[in-house]
Amino acid sequence: MSTATEHGEHEHESWLAHHFETPVQQFESAKLGMWLFLAQEVLFFSGLFVAYGVFRSNYPDAFEAGSAQLDRIIGGFNTCVLLVSSFTAAMAVHSAQMGDRKQTSVHLIITILCAFGFLIIKYFEYSAKFDHGLLPGEFFHPHHNPDGTLHEIQPWIDGATTVTAFPPKTHVFFGIYFVLTGLHGVHVAIGIGVLAWILYRNARGEFTKDYWTAVDIAALYWHLVDLVWIYLFPLLYLI
Amino acid sequence: MTVEAGTHLPGEGDHAHDDANYIEGAKGVMSWLITLDHKRIGMMYLGAILLNFFVGGVFALLVRTELLTPGETIMGADAYNKVFTLHGAIMVFLFIIPSVPAAIGNFFLPIMLGAKDVAFPRLNLMSFYVYVVGAAFAIFSIVDNSVDTGWTFYTPYSQTTSTSVLAMTLAVFILGFSSILTGVNFVATVHKLRAPGLHWKRLPLFIWGIYATSVIQVLATPVLAITLFLLMMEKVLTIGIFDPRLGGDPVLFQHFFWFYSHPAVYIMILPGMAIVNEIIATFSRRPIFGYMFVAMSSVALALLGFLVWGHHMFVAGMSEYATMVFSALTFLVAIPSGVKVFNWVATLYDGSVSFQSPMLYGLAFIVLFTIGGLTGLFLGTLSVDVHLHDTYFVVAHFHYVMVGGTVIGFVGGLHYWWPKMTGKLYDEMLAKIAFVFVFVGFNMTFLTQFVLGSQGMPRRYYDYLDHFQPLHGFSSAGSYVLGVGFLIMGFMFIKSLMSGKKAPPNPWGSAGFEWMTASPPLMHNFHHTPIISRGPYDYHLATEEELFDGFPEEMPEFEHASRGTEEHATEGSASAETEMEEKAEADSRDEEE
Repeated sequence: MSTATEHGEHEHESWLAHHFETPVQQFESAKLGMWLFLAQEVLFFSGLFVAYGVFRSNYPDAFEAGSAQLDRIIGGFNTCVLLVSSFTAAMAVHSAQMGDRKQTSVHLIITILCAFGFLIIKYFEYSAKFDHGLLPGEFFHPHHNPDGTLHEIQPWIDGATTVTAFPPKTHVFFGIYFVLTGLHGVHVAIGIGVLAWILYRNARGEFTKDYWTAVDIAALYWHLVDLVWIYLFPLLYLI
Repeated sequence: MTVEAGTHLPGEGDHAHDDANYIEGAKGVMSWLITLDHKRIGMMYLGAILLNFFVGGVFALLVRTELLTPGETIMGADAYNKVFTLHGAIMVFLFIIPSVPAAIGNFFLPIMLGAKDVAFPRLNLMSFYVYVVGAAFAIFSIVDNSVDTGWTFYTPYSQTTSTSVLAMTLAVFILGFSSILTGVNFVATVHKLRAPGLHWKRLPLFIWGIYATSVIQVLATPVLAITLFLLMMEKVLTIGIFDPRLGGDPVLFQHFFWFYSHPAVYIMILPGMAIVNEIIATFSRRPIFGYMFVAMSSVALALLGFLVWGHHMFVAGMSEYATMVFSALTFLVAIPSGVKVFNWVATLYDGSVSFQSPMLYGLAFIVLFTIGGLTGLFLGTLSVDVHLHDTYFVVAHFHYVMVGGTVIGFVGGLHYWWPKMTGKLYDEMLAKIAFVFVFVGFNMTFLTQFVLGSQGMPRRYYDYLDHFQPLHGFSSAGSYVLGVGFLIMGFMFIKSLMSGKKAPPNPWGSAGFEWMTASPPLMHNFHHTPIISRGPYDYHLATEEELFDGFPEEMPEFEHASRGTEEHATEGSASAETEMEEKAEADSRDEEE
C-alpha cells in the first residue's frame, strides 16, 4: 500500500501527499473539499429551516407561545459563548499561520472550553424543558413539575391580550426546537472532537508556517457550527 | 512531477511498485481492505454493487413471477409488498446511485484526469466503508421484519406500519453520506487535479457527466438525509412534522423527499449518459458533435433537476398554479436531453461506426433513453398525468430511463472498460448474445407495461383484473429473458476473468486518455504526470492507416516514457513530452495540408 508519508519523503515535505504535485494544490484541494462539505451541511439544516417556516406560518400562535417559554438570557449568553469560540478559532488559524505553536494551542483550548460551556448551558436548558414537560409531540405535558406542583408558564402577547393557556400544536414547536438544537448540539460535540484532534496534532508539532491546512479547515467547520446557531437563536428564541 | 533520480534509493521497494500494475502491486486481503488506491476502491465498489444488483434482480423476478396470474401465484399480499419495496430500495440506493460514479467513476476519473489518485484518498476509502455499514443496516432491516412502504417511505403509512422502517431509513441515511463524500471528493479532484494541459474544454465528456453528478450528490443528498432523519425522529419522538395526527403535514414529506429524489434521478442517468459519450466517440472514430453543448447539457440537467420535484406530486395536493410551474419547468428538461440525443446521432453520422459489444449498448442506450425521455413528457403534462399517475405507465417510463438508460449505460461501460480494469479480454460472441437477450427481454418487459398502464393497471397492486393477464404474462416472460441475458453476461465476465486473453493497453483504438496507460493500469496510473497536448476525441490526429483501426494499441510515446524511467527518469519523461507535442504538431500540419 502506498501511504502519503512514504511517497512525500522525496519532496522533503512529509505532509505533502503523494498524489499532489505542489503544496498549493494540496491546500486548495482541501479548502475546496471543505467548502463543498459546508455547502452540504447548510442544505442539511435547510430542511429543518423550511419545516420551521412552514409550521410557523401554519401555527403562528403555537410558535409564539412556545418561543416565550425559552430563556432569552441563557440563549443570548450561549450565543456570546459561541461567538467568542469562533473568534478564538480564527485566532488559532492566525497563530498557526505565524508558526506560533504555543499560541495556537492556547486558542484551540479556549475554543474547546467554550464548546463544552455551550453544551453544559444547553444541558441545563434542556433539563428545565424536561422538568416542565415542554416536550415534542405525544410527550408534551406542560405545567407539571416532577414533584407535582404547577409550573408557572411564561405568558405571551396575542394581539392585545396576554395569554397563558397553550394553543393547540404547541408541541410542534417543541418538536422542531429539540430536533434543531439537538442536531446543532451533535455538531458542537463533533466539533469538540475535531478541535481536540487538531490540538493533539499541533502539540506534536505537525503544523508549521508552511503547513497549517488542517487548522484552517477545522476552524471553517467550527464557524459553520457557529453560523447555524446565529440563525437558530433569533428564530427560536427572539421572534 | 519530475522525480529526481537520486532520491530513489535502490532497494526501497518503491521502484518495483512503479512498474507493477495495481492488481499485482500489493498482495493479500488486507492490502485490498485498507487500500487508498482509487482503482482498488473502485473495484471493491464494483463487487459490492454487482452483488446488490443481483439481489435486487432476484427480487424483481419474484415480483414478475407473482404477477404472472391474478391473485396469489407464489406469495401472499404482505410478502409481495415487501418484495417490491426491497426491489426498489436495493436497486435505487444500493445499486444504481453508486453504480457508475462510485465504481467506474472511482476507477477512471483520476486516470482520465492524468492524476495519481482522487483528491482525498482516505475519504474515498471511508465512503466505501460507510456504504458497507449502510448496506449492513439494510440487510438487518430485511432480516428483521423487512419493509413494505415502497422505496419512498411515504408518511403516514411509514409511521404506522409494523415493519422495520427505522432500520431501513437509517440505512439509506448512512448510504447518503457515502454518496456525499464521493461527490465532494470528485468535485475537488476535477477542479484541482487535472494534468497540465487538460483544461476544461479538453475534459473527456465522461468527466463532465460525473462532475455534474457529483454536484447533485453534494447539494441534494443532505436534504434526503434530513428528511429521513426527521422521519426517524417522527417515529421515535413524535415531533409532529409529518404525522397529520399531531398536526404534521404528509405532503411536506413528499416535497422534502422529492427535492432529493428527483435530482437523484439525474444522479442516476447523468453517469449513464457520460459513459455513452465515450463509447459513441470511440466506436464512430469521431469527436462528439457539439462537444461544449453536450458538456453544458450535463450541467443544465443537474441544475434543472433541482427545480422540477413537484411533478411527482401533481395529484398529491398542491395549488394548481404550483403544478403549472412545475409542469412547465419539467418540459425544459427535454432541451438538454434532446441536445444529447441529437448530438450523439450527429456524431454517428459520417462516422466510421463499428458494432462491437460496448457500442451495441451505447446505441441501445440512445434508443431506450429516447423512449424513456419522450414518455416523460406525457407524465409532465398535467391533464395526462392525472390519468396516468400511479399506473404501470409510470413504472415503464422510469424503467426505460433507469434500466434502459443507466443500467444499459453502466453495462456498456463495464464492457468498454473491462479490458482496462481487469487486463483481460472477453468473449465478444457471448457478449453479443447476452446483449440480444438483454435488449429483447427488456423491451418485452417494459413496452408491455406502457400498454398496461394506459389501460389503467395501477402500480404496486398485488391483484388485477383478469383481462390484464395476457399482458402481465408477456411482461413476466420478458423479465425472464432479461434475467437470462444478465446470467449469460455474468458467465461471460467470469470466463474472461478465469481464462481471458491478456488485453493490450488500447484494444478499441480509442483516443481517450485512460487508454494511454497499461492494462491493467500501473499503481500510480502513469509513470509521470502526462502532459495533455490534445483532446480526448482527436481522431483527426491519427495517421491514415490508424484512422481505420483507431489509435494504436500501444501508445509509442508512453512506451518510451516507461522505458525511460528504468534508466533516466527525468530525461525519459522530458523527451517523451517533447516528442508527443512534436507528433501532435506534425499531425495537425498534415491535417492542414
